[in-house]
Amino acid sequence: MNTRRPALDVSGLPDVVFGHKSLVWLGQVGMMAIESTMFAIMIAAYFFLRTRVTDWPPGVLPPVILWGALNTGLFLLSAIPNQWIKRVSERGELTKVLLGLVVMTVIGIGNLVLRGYEFAALNCKWDWNAYSSAVWLLLGFHTAHLFTDWIDTVVLTVLMFTDTGHEGKRFNDVFENCEYWYFIIFWQVVVFLVVDFAPRVL
Amino acid sequence: MSIAEPIPVEHQLEPSREERLRKVWQDPPGFFGWFKHVNHRSIGHRYLLTSFIFFLGGGVLAFLMRWQLRKADNHFLGPDHYNQIFTMHGSTMMFLFAVPMMFEAWSTYLLPLIVGNRNIALPRLNAFSYYIYLWGGIFLWAGFMLNTGPDVGWFAYVPLSGPEFTPGKRADFWAQMITFTELSALLVAIEIVITFMRLRAPGMTLNRIPVIAWGMLITAFMVIFAMPSIMLGSTFLLLDRTVSTHLYNPAEGGDALLYQHLFWFFGHPEVYIIFIPGTAIVSTIVSTFSRRPVFGYIAIVLSMATTGFVGFGVWVHHMFATGLPKLSESFFTAASLMIVIPTGIQVFCWLVTLWTGKVVWRSPLLFVMGFFFIFILGGMTGVMLAAIPVDLQVHDTFFVVAHLHYVLIGGAVFPLFGGFYYWLPKITGRMLSESLAKLNFWLLFVGFNLTFFPMHMLGLHGMTRRIYTYPVSMGWQGMNTLATLGAILMGLGVLVFIINYFVSQRRGAPAGDNPWGASTLEWATSSPPPVYNFLDLPTAGGRDPLWEQSPDQPIVTGLHEDAREVLVTKTLDADPEHRNEFPAPSVWPFLASVAVGIFFIGTVFTAKSVLWTTPLVSITLVGWFWPHRQAVHRRREREIWDHKK
Repeated sequence: MNTRRPALDVSGLPDVVFGHKSLVWLGQVGMMAIESTMFAIMIAAYFFLRTRVTDWPPGVLPPVILWGALNTGLFLLSAIPNQWIKRVSERGELTKVLLGLVVMTVIGIGNLVLRGYEFAALNCKWDWNAYSSAVWLLLGFHTAHLFTDWIDTVVLTVLMFTDTGHEGKRFNDVFENCEYWYFIIFWQVVVFLVVDFAPRVL
Repeated sequence: MSIAEPIPVEHQLEPSREERLRKVWQDPPGFFGWFKHVNHRSIGHRYLLTSFIFFLGGGVLAFLMRWQLRKADNHFLGPDHYNQIFTMHGSTMMFLFAVPMMFEAWSTYLLPLIVGNRNIALPRLNAFSYYIYLWGGIFLWAGFMLNTGPDVGWFAYVPLSGPEFTPGKRADFWAQMITFTELSALLVAIEIVITFMRLRAPGMTLNRIPVIAWGMLITAFMVIFAMPSIMLGSTFLLLDRTVSTHLYNPAEGGDALLYQHLFWFFGHPEVYIIFIPGTAIVSTIVSTFSRRPVFGYIAIVLSMATTGFVGFGVWVHHMFATGLPKLSESFFTAASLMIVIPTGIQVFCWLVTLWTGKVVWRSPLLFVMGFFFIFILGGMTGVMLAAIPVDLQVHDTFFVVAHLHYVLIGGAVFPLFGGFYYWLPKITGRMLSESLAKLNFWLLFVGFNLTFFPMHMLGLHGMTRRIYTYPVSMGWQGMNTLATLGAILMGLGVLVFIINYFVSQRRGAPAGDNPWGASTLEWATSSPPPVYNFLDLPTAGGRDPLWEQSPDQPIVTGLHEDAREVLVTKTLDADPEHRNEFPAPSVWPFLASVAVGIFFIGTVFTAKSVLWTTPLVSITLVGWFWPHRQAVHRRREREIWDHKK
C-alpha cells in the first residue's frame, strides 16, 4: 500500500455472514415486501369484488376445506425441519444440511400434490365469474411461489451434493432459502383463510 | 561503466495497483463481452442512453400530435393513428422514459459513487433489469410499427381496453409492456435500497448521507409499494383478455372501477417516483452552486419521506368523476391539498440556500430556476384540481393535460437537464458548452410555456383531450397553433442539447475530478471514474465530505484486490461490518432476460406457452445461480465466518 494517509484496515472482517447482515438477505426482504404487497392487493381485490354482488360465493359452492386444511397443516409442520436446517446451515454442518434439504424437497412435493387437490376442491373454474377468477388467481399466485421455492430447494440440494457447493456463501443460500420458506408458510395460512373461510362467513 | 543494480523480480513483474484493480473490475471487452457487463456505470450508461432515445421517440410522437392539432379540421393523422400515437406517447414517456431515466438510470450510475463504493449491490440483477426494460420497450414499439400499437390511452381504462371493446392484440401489448418495465424498476429498487443501506463509505452515518441518495432511497421504497399494483392491474387485464377471467367484467360480478383503483394506486405515487428524484437533483445543484450546504437538510429529507407516504393516499383524486362516497371525496381532497406542504417546505429550503449562499450562475442552476417557475405553476393548478367542483368541470380536458405537463416536465425534465449539465462532465470527462446550454434552456423554457400554457385556456374553453381534430367553429385554432409553435421550439431545445453533447465530446474542455467544486464523493474520483470507481475506497468525514474533511481523511484498506471484494457497512452508523465478494461478469443475466422476455411475450399470444417457457426460464436462472468452481475454491481457502457456532 503506497500511501501515507491513515488507513482503516478491514482485512480481519468476516466474509461469511448470515441473516440481516447478508446483502442477499436484504434483497430477499425486498422481494418479500413486493410479493406481500401483491398478495395484499389481490386479497383487497377479492373483498372489493365481494361488495359488488349479493351472494358470496356467487352461484357456486364454497371450496371443500379438507385439502386446504391438510396442505396448511403440512406447511406448518414443515417449519420444524426448516428451522433445523436453518440452524445447521449457519454452523456449516454439511451432512445435516444435505439431509434437511432432501427432506424439504420431499415435503415440497407433498405440498405441490396437495395443491393440485386444493385447486380441484375450489368447486369452480377461473372463467366462471369474477369470484372464481379471484380465488384461482390467489391460489395460483401462491402456487407460483411454492413451485419457485421448490425448484430453488432442488437446485440447492444438487449443488450442495457437489464440491462446488461447499463454501460459506452456499450455506448462506440454504439459510435464506429457509427464511423464504417461512414467508411461503405465512401466506399459505392467509390464503387458506381467505379462500376457504371467507366464502363461509361473508 | 558500472553495472546497474538489479531490480527485484517481483517489482518487475508486479503490475501497479491500478492495473490489478482494473483487471479485476473490468467487464469483458468486445461485442460478446457487452452481454456480460455487470458494472453499474456500464449499465447506468445503457439506461441513460436507452431512456433518452425513448424520450426522443415520445417527443416525436408529441410533435405529430401537435402538428395534427395545429389547425381545425386537419387530416394529417386519422383517428386510429391519433389514438395509437397519444397512447404510445404517454406510455413511452411514463414507462420507458420518466421512471427509467429519473430512477433507474441516475440511481444505477450515481449511487455507488455517491456512497463511495465499487459497484451497485446485486450487480447481475442490475444487468438483468436493464435487459428486461429494453425488451419491454422494443416490444411496445415493435407492436406500434406493426400497426399493433395500443390505442386505449396510457392508463388503458377498462371496459375500453377489455376484450369486448378492443379485440386484437393492441391492449395486450400495452399490458405486457407494463410487466416488463415495472419488473425492471422493482429489481433496481431492491438494489438501491441495499446499496444505500449497506454499501456506504465508513463514516457516512444516516445524518451524513447526501440528499440525492435519500431521494433515491425514498423513490426506491415508493417503487416497491406502488409498482406491484399496476403489475397486478395490467396482468388482470391480460388475463381477462386472454384466458377469460372476469375481474373487470360487470356482467359476471367484476368491476371496471377495480382497474382504476389498481391503476391509480400506482399511478399517483408514480408522479412522485418521477418527481422526488427531480427534487433531489435540485437540492444537489442548489447546494453546489450556492457554495454552501443545503439549508434544512433534515427538513428536506423528511419532506421527501412525507411526500412518499402521503403520495399513497391521494390516488382517488384521479377518480373524482366516477361517483364516490362523499367521505372518500373529502378525505382525498384533504390529502391532495396536504401533499403541497412538504413540497412547499423544500421550496423554502432551496430559496434560503440560494439567498444565503454565494450563487454561481452556471447552466445546471438555470434549469433549476426553470424548474421553480414551471413546477410551482403546475403545483398551483394541482391545488385547483384537488377541489372537486373544479375537477369535475375540467375533467378530461386540456386543462388536465396542461397541469400534468407542468408538473412532470417542470418537476422532472428541467431538473433532468440540469442533472445532465451537472453530471455529464463526470460521466464523459468533458465539459459541455455553457452558451449552448443557455440556448438549450431558453428554447426549452419558452417553448414549454408556449406549448402548455395555452392548454389551460383550451381546457377551460371545453377542448377535451384525446380528440384527433375539431371544427373551426370551436374557436380553438389560435391557441393550438401557438402550442404547436412552442413544440417546435422545445424540439429545437433538445436538438441543441444533443449538438452540445457531441461537440463537447470532440472539443469540450477536460472536466477534471471536480469541475463544479461540489461536495459529494462522486467528485472525489477522476472523470470518468475508473472501472473500480476509487483507487482507495474513501471514508466520509462529514455531510459534505469534500468541503469538510481534512486532506488526511482515512481510506479503507485490507480488501482483497484479486477478486471483486467490497466493504459492507452497518445501516445506521456505517461502521465496517463485513467483506463481500461481488459476482463476476456473466452472460446468464442476459440469457435469463431473453427467456423471461419469451415467457412474457408468449403469454400475450397463448397462455399454454408457459408450459415450455417456464423450463426455459428455470434453466437460465440455474445457470445464473451456479457458482464458478475456481471462485469457490479461492473463497473457501480464505473464508472468515462471522459466528460459527
